[in-house]
Amino acid sequence: MYKIEKSHLSELLAAIAAKEDLFVPQKTGSQTNYGLWTQETQADLSTLKTVKSGKDCFFPQSEVLYRCRKEEGKLVIDPEELKNQPFVVFGMRACDVQGLKVLDNVFLKDPVDSFYAARREHGTVVALACHQPEETCFCKVFGIDAANPAADVAAWIVGEELYWKPLTQKGENLTELVRELLVETEEEAVEKEKQEIHAVIERLPYSHLDLSRFTPERTMELFDSPLWEEMYQPCLACGTCTFVCPTCQCYDIKDFHTGEGVERYRCWDSCMYSDFTMMAHGNMRTSQMQRFRQRFMHKLVYYPANNEGMFSCVGCGRCVSKCPASLNIVKVIKKLGGEAQ
Amino acid sequence: MQERLVERAKELLADGTVVRVLGWKQGDLGYNPEPAYFNSPEELKDFVYDGFCGANLSKYLIQAGKLEGNTLVFLKPCDTYSFHQLIKEHRVKREKTYIIGVGCKGTLDVEKIKSAGIKGIEKISQEGETLKMETLYGEKELPFAEALLERCTVCKGKTHQVYDELIGAQEGEEAGPVGNRFEMVEKLEAMSPKERFAFWQEELSRCIRCNACRNVCPACSCLKCVFDGNQFDSAQKANADTFEEQMFHIIRAFHVAGRCTDCGECSRVCPQGIPLHLLNRKFIKDINTFYGDYQAGEDTDSRAPLTNFTFEDVEPSVVGERGQS
Amino acid sequence: MQVEKTQEFRPKIVAFCCNWCSYAGADLAGSSRLSYPADVKIIRVPCSCRVNPMFILRAFQRGADGVILCGCHPGDCHYTTGNYYARRRMTLLFSMLDYLGVENGRTRVEWVSAAEGVKFSTTMNEFVAKIHSLGENVRLEDLRCKRD
Repeated sequence: MYKIEKSHLSELLAAIAAKEDLFVPQKTGSQTNYGLWTQETQADLSTLKTVKSGKDCFFPQSEVLYRCRKEEGKLVIDPEELKNQPFVVFGMRACDVQGLKVLDNVFLKDPVDSFYAARREHGTVVALACHQPEETCFCKVFGIDAANPAADVAAWIVGEELYWKPLTQKGENLTELVRELLVETEEEAVEKEKQEIHAVIERLPYSHLDLSRFTPERTMELFDSPLWEEMYQPCLACGTCTFVCPTCQCYDIKDFHTGEGVERYRCWDSCMYSDFTMMAHGNMRTSQMQRFRQRFMHKLVYYPANNEGMFSCVGCGRCVSKCPASLNIVKVIKKLGGEAQ
Repeated sequence: MQERLVERAKELLADGTVVRVLGWKQGDLGYNPEPAYFNSPEELKDFVYDGFCGANLSKYLIQAGKLEGNTLVFLKPCDTYSFHQLIKEHRVKREKTYIIGVGCKGTLDVEKIKSAGIKGIEKISQEGETLKMETLYGEKELPFAEALLERCTVCKGKTHQVYDELIGAQEGEEAGPVGNRFEMVEKLEAMSPKERFAFWQEELSRCIRCNACRNVCPACSCLKCVFDGNQFDSAQKANADTFEEQMFHIIRAFHVAGRCTDCGECSRVCPQGIPLHLLNRKFIKDINTFYGDYQAGEDTDSRAPLTNFTFEDVEPSVVGERGQS
Repeated sequence: MQVEKTQEFRPKIVAFCCNWCSYAGADLAGSSRLSYPADVKIIRVPCSCRVNPMFILRAFQRGADGVILCGCHPGDCHYTTGNYYARRRMTLLFSMLDYLGVENGRTRVEWVSAAEGVKFSTTMNEFVAKIHSLGENVRLEDLRCKRD
C-alpha cells in the first residue's frame, strides 16, 4: 500500500493526465459529474455520489457508431474508431464499480459490444472508499463493500492522506506511472477507516432490505402482483431514474441527418419513455404501469435470472435521491415484501 | 393541521362527495413523501402534509378527471394557480374535483439541506424557525428559511385562486416579506452576451434529457410532445449536442410562455440542478414589460398574452434597442 | 512565389417570406432589377405567423448565420391578424435568444408589402451587411451539421 498527502493530489492527477486521459468528478453549477481533467479542473472528491455515475465514461450517453456520406455518387460508410488510447477514471465508488460488472454481463457476452469492450479494455478505474455513506445508500444489500472497492486501484481518503492500493495488473501499471509521487506505507490507518465505514453501514436505514423474495421462480407471482397498479401512480414517466442509474444499459439507435450525410448514433434509452421498444407494429407496453413494472422486474427478477443471481441494482441510491416523485426501487422492494425482518 | 386534513378527507369519503383523495403519502426517509391516491379511510393513515410536500398535484388532476367519480385534492396556494390555468385550457374538470386549499408555510428543498453539508439524514423535525436533523453523523440544525425551495423565497402569495374550502389558511392571507423574483433574471440581463452565453452553457450542458422538467410541468399538458414524435428529426432523448439542449430548453420554455404560473416545479425536479425557472421567468418578465402585467392562473377567462395582441404592440426590434447587446 | 488564399466569409441567410406580401416584394425587387445578395435564401410561408420558433432554431442548426422574417405590415395581414401574433412571438423569442447570449442582430423581423421591392432589396442588403459584421454563427450551431 502507498499513500500521498491530500495536498499533493493535484500533482498526482496532473501526472496521470500527462500520460492518459483522466476523468474525475467535478462540480459545475450546483452538481458534480465526471468530466475530463484539465489544468483548471478542481476535482471534487468529497461529493459522495456524482449525478451521473461513472458509467458514462465507458458507455457514453450518446455516441456515434458510423457515418454515411455520398462521394461521387457512391455511398461511403465511415465507421467510428474504437477507443484505442488508455484512460483513467478516478473516484468511482464501490457501487459504481459493481455497476460496470453488471454492464459487462450484457455487453461483453456474445455478441460483444465492440465500443464498450474497447473502452473497458483501455480504461483503468481508481475507486474511492466511501468515507461517509449516506442514508440513501444500500450497497450492502447486494454484497458490495463500500470500504473495499473492487477496482483496478482502491483508494481511501483518511484525514490528510490518500491511501492507494493497486489490485490488478492495470492498477499496478498505473501505480508505476505515478510511483515517484507515492510513499510506501502500512495499512493501519486504512483498517481503522474501514471499520468506521462498516459501522456506519450497519446503521443505514436501507442496509437490511431482504431480497430473498425476488427469485426467478416467483417471476409470474411478482409480475401479476396487484401492487404495481398502486405503486406506479405518482410516476411522471421521466427518465431521471434510468439516466442516473449505474446499471441501466438500454439504448436506442437513431439517425441524424447532417445535411451532408447521416450520422448513426446510439443514445441511452429509458424504459419509462413511451417510445421505448417501439417497433413497426407498435409498442408492446402501452401503459405507464407496464413500463414502470418492466424497470423493476428487470432489475430484480429478469436480470438475476439470466446472470446467476446477480441483481441489476447496486444500491447506489441515486434514484432514491433524484426521483421527482420520490419513487424508487427501495419503496418497490419494500412494498413487494422485502422489508427488513 | 395534518389531522384536520385527514379527518375532513374521511368525512368527504364517507358522505360520498368524493370517491378518492389525492394527497401525499409518508415516505421512508422523513423527507421523501410521494404524491398518492387514497381510496379508503384506512389508506389515509399514511397521509402526510409537511414541508416536504412540495409536489404540485395539479398535473395529476388531468388524469384524475378521466377517472370515475369525484376526486378530493389538497392544493397549496401556488398549486391553485396551475389548476386554474388548466381549467382555462379545458384540461381538467372542475366539477369532478373537490379542492381543499391548504395553508402553506413554504416548502423545503432537501438538496439545500444537503448542500449545507448535512449528510446521512435520518429524521427531520421543526422547532420554531429551526430544522433539527438527526443524522448518522450527529445532530444538525439549519434555519428553516435557509432550506426553503427557491420558489418559496419569492412566494407569490398565500391566496388560493380556486377552492371549495380552506383548511389552515385564511382568505386574503398575505405572504411575509419576499424577495424580487426577477433579481437573477436582471442580473443575467446586465451581463454581456458572452457572459450570458457562458452561464447558460455551463448550466445546460449538464442536461441529461430526462424530461423531468417537462413531465412535471402542469402547463406541459400536450398528449404527445413535439419532442416525442418519431417523425421529428431531433435527438429527443439523446444529449447528443449542445444545440439540442439549447433548442429543447428554449422551446420548452416558449411553449409555456404566457401559461407558466411560475410554480417552480421544473427547477425543483431537475436532477442536475439547472435553474430552469430563469428561462420561464425571462418570458414572464418580458410579457409584463411589453404587454402589461400578467399572472397566469389568476383568472380563467382573460386571453393569454400569446393569443392576444394590440395594434400598438412593440416591434421585435425592441430587443436590440434595449441596448443589451 | 506564394499566393495567399483568403476565404471571404459569405454569410448564409434564411428569409421567411409571407406569400401575400414580401414574397411578392422579392419578386418585384427582381423584376425591377434591384439587387440583393445571393446569400439570402427565401422560404415562402403562407403567413408570417406560420413561423414557429422551432423554424428559426432549425435554420441556425442547419448552418444559417442570420434569420429574417418578412410579413405584411400590421393591419394588412391577408388573414387579418396573423402578423400581430407573429410580432408578439418573435419579440419574445428574440429576447430569449438574446438572454441566452446569442447576438441579437442575427434575427430580425421586417414588414414588407408586395409593392415594396425597394424596401425588400435595401432590407436584405442591410441585413447581410449586419451578419457580415457579426461573423459566423457559433453560439447556435450544431457541430454535426458543420461543413468543413
